[in-house]
Parts: sequence; structure tokens; C-alpha cells
Amino acid sequence: MQNRAFILKLFSAFALCFAWEIAGRVPVSYAFPTFLESMSALMQMTADGRLFEAYAETLRPLIIGIAISAVVGVIVGLWVGLSQFFDWLFSPIFIVMQAAPLAALIPLLVLAYGIGLTSKVIVVCIMAMPVIVLNTSGAVKNTPESLKEMGLSFLASRLSVISRIIIPAASPVIFAGLRLGISAGFIGAILAELKITPTGVGDIITYSRSIADYPSMYAAIFSIIVLSVLFLNLLDKVETLLFKGNERGYVSD
Amino acid sequence: MHLFGYRLPGMSSLLLWGALWEFIGQAKVTFFIPPLSKVLSTLYEVLGTVAFQNALKETAYAFCSGVFYAVVIGIIVGILMGKNRLIDELLLPWVNVFLSAPLTALVPVLMVLFGFGMKSIIITTSLFAVWIIILNTRAGVRQINRSLVEMATSFGATPLKAFTKIYFWAALPEILGGVRIGIIRAVKGVIIGQLLISIVGFGALFELYSANFLMSHFWAVLIVLFALAFSISEFFTLPPSILHNSSVT
Amino acid sequence: MSQIKNVDEDLQNLEKPIAVSVDNISKNYGNVEALKGMSLKFPKGELTSLLGPSGCGKTTLLKIIAGLLEPSAGTVMVNNKRVTGPGTDRAFVFQDFALMPWASVLKNVSFGLEMRGVEKTEREGIAQNYIKEVGLQGFENSFPHELSGGMRQRVGLARALAVDADVLLMDEPFSAVDEQTRRKFQEDLLQLVESKNKTFIFVTHSIEEAVYVSDQIAILLPRPSRVSEIIRPSNFRAKGVDAIRRDSEYLDIVDDIWTSLRSYVE
Repeated sequence: MQNRAFILKLFSAFALCFAWEIAGRVPVSYAFPTFLESMSALMQMTADGRLFEAYAETLRPLIIGIAISAVVGVIVGLWVGLSQFFDWLFSPIFIVMQAAPLAALIPLLVLAYGIGLTSKVIVVCIMAMPVIVLNTSGAVKNTPESLKEMGLSFLASRLSVISRIIIPAASPVIFAGLRLGISAGFIGAILAELKITPTGVGDIITYSRSIADYPSMYAAIFSIIVLSVLFLNLLDKVETLLFKGNERGYVSD
Repeated sequence: MHLFGYRLPGMSSLLLWGALWEFIGQAKVTFFIPPLSKVLSTLYEVLGTVAFQNALKETAYAFCSGVFYAVVIGIIVGILMGKNRLIDELLLPWVNVFLSAPLTALVPVLMVLFGFGMKSIIITTSLFAVWIIILNTRAGVRQINRSLVEMATSFGATPLKAFTKIYFWAALPEILGGVRIGIIRAVKGVIIGQLLISIVGFGALFELYSANFLMSHFWAVLIVLFALAFSISEFFTLPPSILHNSSVT
Repeated sequence: MSQIKNVDEDLQNLEKPIAVSVDNISKNYGNVEALKGMSLKFPKGELTSLLGPSGCGKTTLLKIIAGLLEPSAGTVMVNNKRVTGPGTDRAFVFQDFALMPWASVLKNVSFGLEMRGVEKTEREGIAQNYIKEVGLQGFENSFPHELSGGMRQRVGLARALAVDADVLLMDEPFSAVDEQTRRKFQEDLLQLVESKNKTFIFVTHSIEEAVYVSDQIAILLPRPSRVSEIIRPSNFRAKGVDAIRRDSEYLDIVDDIWTSLRSYVE
């Protein structure tokens, strides 16, 4: 059974690449290269180091931003979930932030902080934090009452209840929030590069487009998507490692 | 949250934050944050201008078309995936990939293929929304209670009748949930599309205001945008409570 | 007829020492009076049931005794010490099991010991013993979602037994499992009460269950919550677990209780 699923995944990946190849040959548009063309451009970029340099640039604000968002986001989320006052004070802000298209703030950030690392990190943070905070605080607030009572009845201290019961109980939803936050952060990073200043992978995309080197452009985009998939899978593995009991058959977020 | 024994309404801390904004603005802490009162009065002016109204019209058009396509395609694909195992196994990995991938990266592709105009923006909007609609529709179809299916068959319902009278309604809450989230994502999509493509709608307005350092105007339009986005998403939280049946996760 | 006795005052005369004493307990939630002026005594080493229809406050009372809820008025004494919160002398078994889904059976059972500061090898050893005692040997490393409802409640029971408290508080512990498992649990409970020198306070809304397992039944009625009678079934228990359910005294008591409770069912 496992095999069938895997084989089908492989097959559909192959089918997609095949379709891409055909579409490129037709061609769907003069600006649509074939799969093979794009892959060879990708190889080339990897070989001459351009790709790595570009990612070093792109990943910097991304990693910094996500690290800050994850740590600060979870802590703020815990705080908001545990304290009625902070819930009242901060939840509305994050709720508005989550619903609103924060990308619209980017031009403002550029005005205020220029086109350097700071504004890019800020972009990643504002995209990633709201969902992390809200997921965390929601999970904390929804901890089953009887589990908390159970902890108290066995004489757990308040701190123990938080660290041994509330946090583990909330962990699946917190991780779901981290997943969503990281995706949003990724979007922020790319957006920042495409919009604020041409550096890193965003630069490869923009530059390639301007000189009509479409295979390179598609190659770069392809690599971004692959990277985000890999990264999220890694996150899943981390969750499984830290919280073995979380594989309880959850409905996807 | 209680103060002096009175229960404070949900979003009331926003008033506090608003007051803070006013204070910071009046204190001229930074050029980039004008007082809230100034922003609100500029907002009033801006709402009447032709530029704004055009931006609104264009954005609304792109948004509605984008959502329309996303909903139609999303529901159809979702139903197909929910009912047919082969299609499901083929498509599901991709839907999951695109659900969390940075779709923003695809916008340049769209710009290159479809030009710098409305078309690209509509497609961007649809792209942002469609994946979650597919997933939720699929989930809705898959979780249709087994005994409902058996009941329909036992009473001799034809496939069409069974679908329209039972399956559709049984899957509806889940589908609507997906559409709701999809709409919220579509709002982000239409804005991101405009920011990157820049020729139309609010994207153009933002460029204009920031180039001329018209801070109050900038914030005013931003507030309008945020308020619109927020009320759209809140609005779509209402109907499901009417249609939602007793099954709660 | 059978030996049902109203023993409110008789209990004072009994030689039995009292483990838990509830004195004039009231509990208000805003305007709602969940409990009003409730007084009750629980003899040591016995199983007392709190039986009554929904809304009569039996779970509220149990949680007050456990120290999980604070009463609006009145006191609870356990072994002559006043109750001010949860303590090492009491252990609670929850209706919905309250197991930590991310932890193995072994970790769940040793949780109470862990909170009391018992060191790891020691507490796991103790936990192992009790896991064996409740019949779950071999499942130490399983997770709750891999177990049936009955097995999960055994874990909850093992956890409560492991801390070796004097008083065991059980909040409708068998209501979330299927009927057959429930019957088995009731039979096992009888044995448990025999073998351990603990006081059991047992909340249930099943009349048969209460009469089957209890040394003493306190019948609670709602609005206002009060103790309406205390019944001490005489020793038909000695006749053996299987024979009890057909014993005529047992059936009579069940019938009488039902008759008096019937009018309170909504």
C-alpha cells in the first residue's frame, strides 16, 4: 500500500514534468521554456555558484525573520493564551493583522527603513507572526479543562501545569501555526526581494526576466518551491521527533 | 475581560491602541506616523477622489473574478478528488505543495505569460484561493457520513438525487469553510498581485503616495484596505452558523 | 423488608472512624446555588456512593472534597485536617480519563508520582506494579489513542492508585465505557475496595451501580441540593460477585431508590 502511494506520487511528478516539457515545446507562449531547458539552466546556476550566492542573500532575512517570529510569536502566544488581560489587549491587533493584507505595508517599510536587511526582516516578521501568535494562544485557551484539573489534582505547580500539560497539549496546533507562519514568512521574503530591492534569488528572477532568459527565471522559481516543500517536511520531522505522541491522526490544518 | 465588574467587549482594546496612535502622531515621534485624527480626515477626503474610486473598482473587479474562478474550479476539483481515489492520489501532493509554497514566487511567471494587467492579477487572486478550497471540498466530500450514503441507497435514490439532496448539503459546511478561508487568502492575493504588478488598483495608488511622501494619504488608504479585508473575512464568518449542522470537530 | 436504614444519626454511634467529613458546604455560581448547606460523613475504608439525578451537585461536591473547587461556605475535613486545595491524601479518577495523549501509559501512570518529586527509576517501578495490578501489563509503552476506552480508564485508575492516597475520589469513572466493560469494572472495584485499606467516594447516576458497589449510598436531590437519604445495604456482597445482581435485597433496594428518584428525572 505504501508503495502504491509512493509510485503514484512519483508518477504524477513525472507527468507534471512531462506536461511542462510539452507545453514548452508547443510552445504555450514564447516566454514558456521547456522543462529540460529550465532544468539545465538550474544545473548551470548551481554549478557556477550563482544559485548558492543568491540563496545566501535571500535566506538571511528569511531565517532571521522566522527565528524571531517563531520565538517571539510562541512566547507572546503563550502569554496571550494564559492571561486574560493580555488576551484583551493584544488579540485584536493580531486578528486584524491576520485578516489584513500586510503586504500593503511593504512600501511604507521601505520608506521608513530603507532597502536593507532590516526592512526585509521586518517584512518576514509581520507576515509570519500573527498566525503563530493566534494559533498558539488559541491552542492554550482550548486546553481540555479536565487535563488541567488532573494536573492540579495530582499537585502539579502552576509552572508544571503550563510546561507539562498546556504546552504539550497545544503543540500540534502550535506546530500547525509555525508551518503556516513559515509559509507566510517565505512569501514575505520573496515579496521583499521582488519588490524592495533586487538581491538574492529575487534578483535572479527579475534580472532573468528583464533579459528574457526565461529558463533561468523558471529555474529559480522552481528551486524556491522545492526549497519550501523540503523545509516544511523538515518541520514535520522535527515535530514528530519532539512530540512522539502527536501522530494521533489529526485532520490537516 | 472585566474592569470594575463590567464586561469589556471583544475588540475594545483597539480603542486603546487608537489613542496610542494619536498620541504618538501628535508627539511627532516619526515622520512616518501622522496622528490618527489627521489620517481619518484625509481618509474622508480620499474616499471621494476619482483615483481612489477607480482603484476600488479595479480591485473589486479583480477580486470578485478571481474568487469566482477559484470557487468554481476549486469545488469541482475538490469533489473529483474526494470521490475518485486515483485522481486524489495524483493531485493531492501538488495541492499540498502549492498550499504552503510561496505563491508570490509564481507572480513573475504570470507577469511574463499574461502581461502586466488585470488578467495576471485575477489569476494571482485565484491561485491564492483555490488550494484551500480544493482541500476543504475534498474533506467535506470524504467525511460524508457513511450511514447517510447507505440510507440514500436503501431508499432507492438515483445518483443525481442523492447528490443534490444529500451529499451536497452534507459536504456544504466544510466547503463553505474552505471558501471562507479562500476568500481571505484571495484578499492577500489581489493586493500582492497589485503590489508586484503595480499598474492597477491600490498598488498604483500606494506607489503614487509613497513617491510623493503623502503619509496621511498612504495610511488612510491602508486603513480602508485593512478595514475592507477585515470586514470581508468577518462577514463570511456569519452564514456558516446558519447552515452548520450538529457535527462539530 | 430489607435492611435499609436511615442512618444520619446512627453513623455517629457506629464504631467506624470517619475519613472525610463534609460540614455545611455551600457553593454558588453567581446566582445559582449549586450546593446549599450540605453535610455528610464518609466512613474510613468504605466505598460511599453519591447518587442522584443530573443537577444535584454530586460532581461539584466531589471536586470540592478534592480541593479542585472552593466552596462558598462550609468546611471539608479529611483525616481531621481541613481541606484547602488538592493534597497528597486524595487522588482523583476522571470521567473522561484525562490522560495526556502525547505520553505513554507508563508516563501517564507515573505522572502523580512525578509531581510529588519521586525520582525516575523509583516512580517507574511503582507505576509498573500498578499497571500490572489493573491488568495492563505489556502496554507500558502504548499511547492512549492505541487503547480502548476501558483500558484508558484502567490507566487513570492505576495513576490514582500509584500515589497511594488515603481517599480515592471517582467521578462517574465507568460512564464513558461500554456496558460489558462497565460490569467488569464494577466487579473489579468490589475486589479493589476489599483489598485496599482506602476510602472510596464514588459519584454515579446509575442506581444499579451504586447499590452493587457501595457500602453506603448517599442519595442527593437537586434544587436545592440536599442529602435525602443514606442507605447501607447489608452484606449481600458476601454472596459473591455474580450472585449479587440476582439477590432479592439488592433488587428491592434498587427499586425503592428508583421510586423515590423517579419524580426528579427531568
